[in-house]
Amino acid sequence: MKKILLSASALVMGFSLVALAQENPAPSRDGGYGLGRTALPEEIAAWDIDIRPDGAGLPVGEGDVWTGEEAYVDYCSACHGDFGEAVGRWPVLSGGFGSLDGEDPVKTMGSYWPYLSTAWDYIHRAMPYGAAQSLEDDEVYAILAYLLYLNEVVEDDFVLSNENFAEIALRNEDGFFLDNRAEVELPLFSQEPCMTDCSDPVEITMRAAVLDVTPETEGEEVAAEEAAVVEEEAMPEAAGPDPELVAAGEAVYRRCSTCHQIGEGAVNRTGPLLNGIYMATAGTREGFRYSPAMSGAGEDGLIWDVKPSPLI
Amino acid sequence: MADDPNFSSSRRKFLGGAAVAGGALASGKLVHAQAAGPDPLITELQPWQQYLGPGVDAAPYGMPSPFEAHVVRRNVPWLTADAVSSVNFTPLHELEGIITPNGLCFERHHGGVAEIDPGMHRLMINGLVDNPLVFTMEDLLRFPRENRTYFLECAANTGMEWRGAQLNGCQFTHGMIHNVVYTGVPLRLLLEEAGLRTNAAWVLPEGADAAAMTRSVPLEKAMDDCLVAFAMNGERLRPEQGYPIRLVVPGWEGNMWVKWLRRIEVGDEPWHHREETSKYTDLLEDGQARRFTWEMDAKSVITNPSPQAPITHGPGPTVITGVAWSGRGTIPRVDVSLDGGANWVQARMSGPSLDKSMHRFYYEFDWDGRPLLLQSRAHDSTGYVQPTKDQLREIRGENSIYHNNSIQTWAIDETGQAENVEVG
Repeated sequence: MKKILLSASALVMGFSLVALAQENPAPSRDGGYGLGRTALPEEIAAWDIDIRPDGAGLPVGEGDVWTGEEAYVDYCSACHGDFGEAVGRWPVLSGGFGSLDGEDPVKTMGSYWPYLSTAWDYIHRAMPYGAAQSLEDDEVYAILAYLLYLNEVVEDDFVLSNENFAEIALRNEDGFFLDNRAEVELPLFSQEPCMTDCSDPVEITMRAAVLDVTPETEGEEVAAEEAAVVEEEAMPEAAGPDPELVAAGEAVYRRCSTCHQIGEGAVNRTGPLLNGIYMATAGTREGFRYSPAMSGAGEDGLIWDVKPSPLI
Repeated sequence: MADDPNFSSSRRKFLGGAAVAGGALASGKLVHAQAAGPDPLITELQPWQQYLGPGVDAAPYGMPSPFEAHVVRRNVPWLTADAVSSVNFTPLHELEGIITPNGLCFERHHGGVAEIDPGMHRLMINGLVDNPLVFTMEDLLRFPRENRTYFLECAANTGMEWRGAQLNGCQFTHGMIHNVVYTGVPLRLLLEEAGLRTNAAWVLPEGADAAAMTRSVPLEKAMDDCLVAFAMNGERLRPEQGYPIRLVVPGWEGNMWVKWLRRIEVGDEPWHHREETSKYTDLLEDGQARRFTWEMDAKSVITNPSPQAPITHGPGPTVITGVAWSGRGTIPRVDVSLDGGANWVQARMSGPSLDKSMHRFYYEFDWDGRPLLLQSRAHDSTGYVQPTKDQLREIRGENSIYHNNSIQTWAIDETGQAENVEVG
């Protein structure tokens, strides 16, 4: 009996040693380490861009619905649609009212978001997609005014400013509660479970193969791609463009890539794909719906050479 | 062999030969397989036995064998509008042990991978502090460091399965998770350096990427076990994991682990930013939503066999393996069922048992070739037991997207093929 007790305590010690090895913390030091330097007020101002629901952080400014519509069409509609209805799988920004307890909830600023400050903050810090933090404060107010109008929170003569910001309440502000898993789920899911004869024989009720939405896995496909890459690399290098210029262009191109794909597997998106664009006739990419202006320019003989285009 | 496009099928043929042994075992008499004739792989001289291989430095930064080229992260293109703001998945079915190789840790970006010269990176701490500070990377590396092994799971991991069996492969259903050893400075030390004001209650970590990612983190957590990490698995962070520094928030949803960390603001209230209002809130059936659901509940999945890793050897000795984890502690036990949850056996835990880390389990048995409905069920050190899908749906409905930690079922047919299914 004594022997068993001994080995049990040895076991416990073993575990606590493992735990100790993971948990031994780095030391604090009285008065700190004296590392880093004081942040200057203008440095804090440059980075401290966040906004809170109570309006803390909000800059002085204003914007009306119709100014907002113009800015929205320029900066937002390519992904979010002219009226917040969304293009492709980009987020829907308007409507969805009353859908949250249904089968297909549509979570928009109007139907789901609790606070207006979230939208101001997010547009200001991360939009437009691919050109973050390029909007003036007044443009952010105006775009937000237009979004509030689309979401039927305000009328079309509304002007949003830092002064009336706190008065705007969104529909679903009361639709949230704090995580209650500790009370609702943990007791329920913390019972010793059944180990034998826990249910009658079960049957399969749904199969992923029937739904068939899994991307194909093909080892051979990968091998073929690799072979293609090797082949390309083996080709003798022709006198090409300046590699530094190409690298610089690649960096600049990131701004274009939100709308225009290029390279293997590129497809038309918000803008047409750009493979083989050099010396091609404007407005002729198959399967892309061009504006009348672009189609017309192509018919008039506009070619994508290195000269600046009047249409871009 | 490297150029043999039939490698995978020849491997299958080779493995198929082992089925003979399995068959003999099923008959109750242990007889090893007999070859039809001498194996040329043994009797003939192979090129790698004869000719010299590449020398050192042929691959100054080593890569896996070319025969492992299929072991990659993978995307589900229809999930998102654009690969720049998207997610790919860790190939859990190809991995062993508990550590995820850095190149296979799933990626989730909101504005693409920020490419940052560490010499140009700054970390600012401002807000409710006595002295707002700016740190360079050089400054940060002079603070004491810790090494911790933690899992990082996206709150949306398994989110596509709320409404039923959708994706065939644990890479896709459960692959928004990885587990690595982080090296970093405790966030506590940096906050102490700036000096917290008495009304400090929350911090707002912010990324330097084009999404300028932010999340509100309670000060208590920030002072407890959060790290500002600069290395994982012994090397500097990969760019897609937040190089040069990221926040580590052990046991809590991955979205809070802000990458390319550039600023930490200290405040007295949460900020309710996009990722904690419009996203990462759990919508329940009645239209009400939970917010601040930070901890990841205990969860497990069988990685092998699974739809991308079927049983190819026929009846006989079989190894079932998988991983389990909990945001609230360790995993002392995992149960495995072969019949869709009617009967359970305890799996064998293997490897270290670390807090808020992945754990590896095995269950070995002789497969008789009958169809199986495989499930695993994690128990964590708080006594929590992983629930069934139906138990979870009863409380949460099917619209919550996030925090689906329910039991997964793989159907294995007579040929060893595996499929993602639901049972009832």
